[in-house]
Amino acid sequence: METSTTNIEELATREYKYGFVTQIESDLAPAGLNEDIVRLISSKKNEPEFMLEWRLKAFRHWLTMEEPKWANIHYPAIDYQAAHYYSAPKSNKGPMSLDEVDPELLKTYEKLGIPLREQAMLAGVAVDAVFDSVSVATTFKEKLGQLGIIFCSFSEAVLNHADLIRKYLGSVVPYTDNFFATLNSAVFSDGSFVYVPKGVRCPMELSTYFRINAEKTGQFERTLIIADEGSYVSYLEGCTAPMRDENQLHAAVVELIAHDNATIKYSTVQNWYPGDKEGKGGIYNFVTKRGKCLGVRSKISWTQVETGSAITWKYPSCILQGDNSVGEFYSVAVTNNYQQADTGTKMIHIGKNTRSTIVSKGISAGHGQNTYRGMVKILKGATGARNYSQCDSLLLGDKCGAHTFPYIEVKNSTARMEHEASISKIGEDQIFYCQQRGISAEAAVSMIVNGFCKEVFRELPMEFAVEAQKLLGVSLEGSVG
Amino acid sequence: MLEIKNLHASVDGSEILHGVTLKINRGEIHAVMGPNGSGKSTLAKVLAGHQGYEVTKGEVLLQGRDLFSLSPEERAREGIFLGFQYPVEIPGVSNMYFLKTALNEIRKHRGLEELDAMDFLAMVKEKMKMVNIDESLANRSVNEGFSGGEKKRNEIFQMLVLEPKLAILDETDSGLDIDALKIVANGVNSFRREDRAILLVTHYQRLLSYITPDRVHVLLDGRIVKSGGKELALELEEKGYGWLEGNAA
Repeated sequence: METSTTNIEELATREYKYGFVTQIESDLAPAGLNEDIVRLISSKKNEPEFMLEWRLKAFRHWLTMEEPKWANIHYPAIDYQAAHYYSAPKSNKGPMSLDEVDPELLKTYEKLGIPLREQAMLAGVAVDAVFDSVSVATTFKEKLGQLGIIFCSFSEAVLNHADLIRKYLGSVVPYTDNFFATLNSAVFSDGSFVYVPKGVRCPMELSTYFRINAEKTGQFERTLIIADEGSYVSYLEGCTAPMRDENQLHAAVVELIAHDNATIKYSTVQNWYPGDKEGKGGIYNFVTKRGKCLGVRSKISWTQVETGSAITWKYPSCILQGDNSVGEFYSVAVTNNYQQADTGTKMIHIGKNTRSTIVSKGISAGHGQNTYRGMVKILKGATGARNYSQCDSLLLGDKCGAHTFPYIEVKNSTARMEHEASISKIGEDQIFYCQQRGISAEAAVSMIVNGFCKEVFRELPMEFAVEAQKLLGVSLEGSVG
Repeated sequence: MLEIKNLHASVDGSEILHGVTLKINRGEIHAVMGPNGSGKSTLAKVLAGHQGYEVTKGEVLLQGRDLFSLSPEERAREGIFLGFQYPVEIPGVSNMYFLKTALNEIRKHRGLEELDAMDFLAMVKEKMKMVNIDESLANRSVNEGFSGGEKKRNEIFQMLVLEPKLAILDETDSGLDIDALKIVANGVNSFRREDRAILLVTHYQRLLSYITPDRVHVLLDGRIVKSGGKELALELEEKGYGWLEGNAA
């Protein structure tokens, strides 16, 4: 009888679909990190003085910090002086219309399956495409502009909306926050900026595709989203990166601010190069994502599907400051081959009657190690706070691992907490049952895993949910046999 | 339809089936009976292609085709259906989605067009009524939170939808109350057709009060020790399996 193993091995050795390098001349800063580099980055971007000062404060603080070691991840020491901290496609002269975009760039996006033009037109998605570090194309800006919504690259916002940047930058993730966030504060290259004014419901999903390209380029995006009173915005972030032998560091910072009655929904599908099947190469992803529910009845919802990167260190969190505010975290994290993920969330309840929900689904295959690390903190004044946490792990095979570290800190006796956790294995019986109904082993695994993740996928916008399901199938190819 | 010739099979190196020979013609219902541990379920699983069992000797032909050259899913697509003794739960996957995927795989294999959601739903509703399955059950996860009886009825429901050529029903009667047993039996009887065959694997005679088999075989210690007509089942009910043990040597 033919077992499914041979077939699966063949698929498992398949190369990373998005592993290619675009031939574009890069404007590259010399390797290494010092104050001059920080100044260079700032001057390349024609930044105002306050921005440079902020970067320098961060850099000086960073020098006093040590890389955190508490996460359940293992990797060789990173030489921060060997990396380049600035690279921009040379053809870029600031924001342009799509027609002016370097055709090589557009081809790259097409290979990634994002025909910018079509996607923008058909799907009604505004794409602020970040290529390496600098935004090269922004669409639908006008339409959004009519509603007073600002959606632009971070660099543009620094120049054109300095008041908002001054007010909000670092208000959720201060430049002293942690090693990686502080590094980002010093050298961030670009990213996205969103401001939704009072009472406006953003009529389309805002989307950015990030892509790491030039060799040895650290990528330090900075994203800032502000939802003013009574507004609503849904933001999508999706990533792929080309194949590399050397590990690439990625340390982004995302800050969200929700005022009274505002809602921010932030969805991520992360599919960076995870390294080959021996664990060589791959992206190191050390991200700080945090949202502040500043106003009453505000809501921030994080949904993430993490399938890529060699190492993921990521804890999208919510500070529930406004009374009756709501924080949500829905996560699917997949580790296959030698991938390691240490991810989870922090829910900090400050205001009265604040509510948080955590649903985490970890899937480990191959030699993958998957750690959920979550903290729920209920402060003294958070009368009537509630939290529901659910952490489920699914194991494929017997060489992988799942770990759960929930931290709970309650300082108010009226708080209600619920925590559920489970670990299960995809049973041969489940696969056989599917096969006996005519479904191949491969399709069965995909079906079972998607079923396992259903509670998270239904939180994703439709087109993203479809993409996520496909991605999950691809990520787990070769994990049964 | 199905020809089993001198089949030997083992689990973890110990042989369970010691040479089973059996022939089922089109349109026939055969019952394999025997006490616990006689190898009944092993026979069912080996036919379906469960990887936990190793075939060490013998052959099985499905409509003249070597069964063991086919993967479990290919066997299913070729028309073998196994009604599980313990149907498996698949959390988060709806019963309908599961069944539609299965049906379309089978239809594709048979060169038929895939059914769209509307046609599928219409077809399925009809069959749900036949085995008294509530529509709400259809949208729940596969077998998750189903009662024992619901799981067994669900197996029969799947059989009616997938329309296999050979249905192997492994202890489908176990754990059913009398009403559920009748529903299951009605489902099986309605499935009966000239171009199909059924292999009932059962411990007790009671299912056979509602489904009349053409042949009854007694499996003892991995061998078929006696075959006969439907009256053999009644005889077993009366005498138990003890009197046949001498035949098993």
